Amino acid sequence: MTSIFSADGKNVPCTVLEAGPCVITQVKTVETDGYDAYQLAYGDKKEKSTTKAMLGHFKKAGTTPKRKLTELTFEQELGLGDTVTVDIFSEGEFVDVVGVSKGKGFQGVVKRHGFSGVGGQTHGQHNRLRAPGSLGASSWPSRVFKGMRMGGQTGNVRVKALNLEILKVFPEQNLLVVKGSVPGAKGSFVIVEK
Amino acid sequence: MDLVKFVAENTKVGVDLNPFKAGDTVAVHYKIKEGNKERIQVFQGVVLQRRGSGTTETFTVRKISNGIAVERIFPSSSPFIDKVEVLNRGLVRRARLFYLREAKGKAAKIKTKR
Repeated sequence: MTSIFSADGKNVPCTVLEAGPCVITQVKTVETDGYDAYQLAYGDKKEKSTTKAMLGHFKKAGTTPKRKLTELTFEQELGLGDTVTVDIFSEGEFVDVVGVSKGKGFQGVVKRHGFSGVGGQTHGQHNRLRAPGSLGASSWPSRVFKGMRMGGQTGNVRVKALNLEILKVFPEQNLLVVKGSVPGAKGSFVIVEK
Repeated sequence: MDLVKFVAENTKVGVDLNPFKAGDTVAVHYKIKEGNKERIQVFQGVVLQRRGSGTTETFTVRKISNGIAVERIFPSSSPFIDKVEVLNRGLVRRARLFYLREAKGKAAKIKTKR
């Protein structure tokens, strides 16, 4: 993340994304696959670390081996081997950004669900400052309801950040500057949806 | 990180500031908008620190106003900064001069670099 100053002097937080160029490596249709989609490939990969099966797949599209593949739908018609660049975005538009959030490991309920903990250090609280408290009633229902919020793996899940404004587009460098933060660590892959 | 630098250079709106360091006495000419009118206010004091890089860089200026210490943090690339005059180069041994907040009398004086 960084920030840029707008013309009227406001300091706007933003994230710089390298968007494309992506190559269409497969066109899925209702006849062959049961649904319509385009497979997009991004990021270069060494030929020696690509399996022969995947090499053939990229050769069919007439492109070099790529690191990341994803399926998306497009309104306009595209063909095998076509490139999708940052040109499809314009400044002032709103986009959604999908990424995998930073993994936080096994976390308690205070961090994971925003519980406020016990709320005091005295009055008999010995070692339960961040404990969840009661999980439910007693003889009825005699069980813990499904979906009860407890500790567990936090982060490292697919997250979509909605309605981020595009502040700037640099077509030559394939750069996109969106307002605010996006899910994931620095240098991780994200999907930008219109 | 070079992508962030590229964006910083291509979205620049502020002026290039004179080089200054912690310990220098500076006068920051800051534009203030009042309705449609714009005027310039000068904030003069000692630079306590410069932190961050690129567009997110800020610097802290401390002055004594009527016996009360006032600290103000300016974003270095803010378009509201008209200019930064360097009045005095200070001789200091660290990059962050937070000890000045507690220092009194002679200890709060900064020697001039020659």
